[in-house]
Amino acid sequence: MTGDLFADFRDPAHARRLSAAITDVAREPITLMEVCGTHTMAIAKNGIRGLMPDTVKLLSGPGCPVCVTANADIDTAIEISRQPGVILTTFGDMMKVPGSYSSLAREKADGRDVRVVYSPLDSLALAEKEPDRHVVFLGVGFETTAPTIAITIREARRRSVTNWSVLSLHKTVPGALEALVNDPQVAISGFILPGHVSTVIGSGPYEFLAEQYHVPGVITGFEPLDVLQGIWMLASQLAEGRAEIEIAYTRAVMPQGNRVAIAAIEQVFTPIDAEWRGIGVIPGTGLAIREEFAYFDTRVRVPVTPPEPREIRGCQCGDVLRGAVLPYECRLFGRACTPEHPIGPCMVSSEGSCAAYYRYTDHGKV
Amino acid sequence: MCLGIPAKIITEPNDNGMAEVEIMGVTRWVSLHMVPQAKVGDHVLVHAGFALEVISDEFAAETLELFRQMGMPGTENLEPMEVDFGATA
Repeated sequence: MTGDLFADFRDPAHARRLSAAITDVAREPITLMEVCGTHTMAIAKNGIRGLMPDTVKLLSGPGCPVCVTANADIDTAIEISRQPGVILTTFGDMMKVPGSYSSLAREKADGRDVRVVYSPLDSLALAEKEPDRHVVFLGVGFETTAPTIAITIREARRRSVTNWSVLSLHKTVPGALEALVNDPQVAISGFILPGHVSTVIGSGPYEFLAEQYHVPGVITGFEPLDVLQGIWMLASQLAEGRAEIEIAYTRAVMPQGNRVAIAAIEQVFTPIDAEWRGIGVIPGTGLAIREEFAYFDTRVRVPVTPPEPREIRGCQCGDVLRGAVLPYECRLFGRACTPEHPIGPCMVSSEGSCAAYYRYTDHGKV
Repeated sequence: MCLGIPAKIITEPNDNGMAEVEIMGVTRWVSLHMVPQAKVGDHVLVHAGFALEVISDEFAAETLELFRQMGMPGTENLEPMEVDFGATA
């Protein structure tokens, strides 16, 4: 049973030892940020904040791809779903995320053909089954997801599928980290780096953090002990005055990443400037489909002009994503905005910081 | 969203590069395009219908060995990459 494969990575006795070791090395106050929604969930669900000494503050950053997608981009997806003959396919996380005026869930309720798929390959298979419709895949996600879309686009070309395209809203992580270390409102001592993004890109793309900014990072796995080990390695580096990019998640991350996946991303996509909710436009952190694959680019195949975007009144999701505001510090948190009636994306997505704080903690104060 | 789920490969890939894997008792077709080196019986990390990487059992054992060593007096501050794992590798 693969379910028990990593049971040892949840052993409470080891957790207590690691927690004691962190207390031992973290003599000075430090602020660590994770930038992966799965870490946000792992930290909240396993009560890891409660195991930290007073000196260690854990912040959640812009690690939820759904949450960082700008309103203007969500509005574009909604507008595409309204075009005649279009089937819009998406990962489930995007359905309830509010744009400026609507959400995909609301559009579906209004009769648009919006379908949730597990894999981009399922979307491609749907296009082959529905030759009279144009099937659009809403491409959202970081470097973990981008190669799956790139390979599916290559598959579409190989299989000569003519009625399928991708709206690429993909973003890449390292550039966002640079924007965060330059943010005067957020003083980050070190980064808990994302495990599966790094499975794809390796450790090299983060080296600038250590070299140019003297900010350490540890690529960390997702079991409770993995997270504690990552925090302990960061605290040790900071105590010793070191700044390096280390890999704690050695069972799934190699320094060079996955070369096949990186080559697929580079073949199909080219970097462009991208707008991140809460941070703004970060140069070179978006992935546009290359000219050579323009036939599979929804922006070419189904061009639309969405209405002028607007922000959600009172929602501080953008500040939460930068770590400038903790979820419970937002006036709407737990009052007007709950997982049942979410107002902003950080509460909508199951791995959004607000949803994690709401679900697993006493309004996040533990 | 960047969730990767461990799965065990149970068939050779077909002509489309798809193979069957077992994920916690359930079988599913996933793409092996990104892990050309993977063999039947290997554990892989699955994301959105694709195997992203082969999980290294050896490194998993090494990490666990580190945790075990941390229980011993005086080993709390060991550097993970400098630990001698000769006994487990």
